[in-house]
Amino acid sequence: MFIRHEFFEKNAIFLLIGTLVTIAIGGIVEIVPLFTIETTVEHVEGMRPYSPLELRGRDIYVREGCYLCHSQQIRTLRDEVERYGHYSIAAESMYDHPFQWGSKRIGPDLARVGGKYSNDWHYAHLHNAQEVVPESIMPHYAFLAETPLDTDDIQNRMKTLRTVGVPYTDEDIANAKADLQTQANPDADSAKLLTRYPKANIVPGNGHEVTEADALVAYLQMLGTLVNFANTSTERLQQ
Amino acid sequence: MQWWYGHNAVGFFLTAGFLGMMYYFIPKAAGRPVYSYRLSIVHFWTLIFLYIWAGPHHLHWTALPDWTQTVGMAFSIMLWMPSWGGMINGIMTLSGAWDKLRTDPGLRFSVTAVGFYGMSTFEGPVMSVREVNALSHYTDWTIGHVHSGALGWVAFIVFGSFYYLIPVLWNRKALYSVRLVAWHYWIATLGIVLYIVSMWVAGIMEGLMWRAYDKFGFLQYSFVESVVAIHPFFVIRLLGGVFFLIGGLMMVFNVFMTITSESTERPREPLIAPAVLAGA
Repeated sequence: MFIRHEFFEKNAIFLLIGTLVTIAIGGIVEIVPLFTIETTVEHVEGMRPYSPLELRGRDIYVREGCYLCHSQQIRTLRDEVERYGHYSIAAESMYDHPFQWGSKRIGPDLARVGGKYSNDWHYAHLHNAQEVVPESIMPHYAFLAETPLDTDDIQNRMKTLRTVGVPYTDEDIANAKADLQTQANPDADSAKLLTRYPKANIVPGNGHEVTEADALVAYLQMLGTLVNFANTSTERLQQ
Repeated sequence: MQWWYGHNAVGFFLTAGFLGMMYYFIPKAAGRPVYSYRLSIVHFWTLIFLYIWAGPHHLHWTALPDWTQTVGMAFSIMLWMPSWGGMINGIMTLSGAWDKLRTDPGLRFSVTAVGFYGMSTFEGPVMSVREVNALSHYTDWTIGHVHSGALGWVAFIVFGSFYYLIPVLWNRKALYSVRLVAWHYWIATLGIVLYIVSMWVAGIMEGLMWRAYDKFGFLQYSFVESVVAIHPFFVIRLLGGVFFLIGGLMMVFNVFMTITSESTERPREPLIAPAVLAGA
């Protein structure tokens, strides 16, 4: 057998093919189950796509590299559930492209940070984290509140997400800019926004323009709040 | 899906290619044949077969389906075997040439690299076990593990190859300073040890603090207390990183001097009669 291995060593193309075949076995085992993802991800009540403002907030979360220090995945361990809340379920990441599970906690997990603190707390914390948590080592993100949010391409972003399976309707996309402005303006009529995006958190804004901080706070305040766990038992999750 | 391939980046970029460097430069520098040709074949094919399966061990206890976590764990443990096959092959290649470690610090780099490879490929399977991962995931233990691989294995095998290759490529008789290589070796090793040990301590401490309960059954520490607690270890980590960087700068200087300095030039073989040379 080992004599014949000479064949692979003298024919680079066969070495390449042999290597590809060897790797492909593991690859296939991992890729094929993804075709059944529809039936693998549990069905839960309450999950919805991100509102336009949340979506832009998520973009800023990714841009600023928040995921490098903050995870968004609560494991099924007693201490994590007590510290952060109900363990994360797959359905909660189903509209994430890409997901933000993270792999390192320099800061706490954010999978269920939504609603845990007030909007004002979040603005203050982004402005200067040490003002609200003196021991924190989080950098200051004061500039977010001074940077107007770029909203020009929001509809294109939603259309792109729709091509990878996020169920935005034509109506959602048509109203994207209006919805975005509404969510950053407490005085506006938010009835339609809340029908399209239930539980969306209206952020105070500064009255004249939507900033990146508004978007990020809207995103953070939504995290982990969507699924209605009152109607979700372990048996139902297991299908 | 991202993590499916997450660990394979380590496997195929940071392991397979650098194993190739090991198989070429250690025999070259040691002047000994590879210990076992058969072992090298077996471990090549098993390594590439198994590595692709190992990704899910980064997602234990998450929303990932249970069976994938188990598969990832099982294959990660199996990976230990080909990894150590490679390590044993590298180390045993030195049999009969161990004395060269005293005189050739470049080779010392390569061999220490293989040592670190063996250590981190043992640590990896251990960390991929669910129960260990429950503690180690999200902590600096993972960071320490990665750096024992990246600095200890990948960087050291590259250093060893450089110190062998540079004089050959530029046709120099030797390196500018072998003593400087020895200094680089010791300062880089010290740097890595400081780095890894501080990350181990910090990581395990984080893991234990996050899961600690007080006598009333409440979580004992707030998250930020764990951030404060690891601060001194981050200072040690910085120190270790600086040591490693200084070592790297030493190498840059050494390589530069080897290429440019007159003292390392090979004496030219007289192509023409010395008398003519003198007249020129």
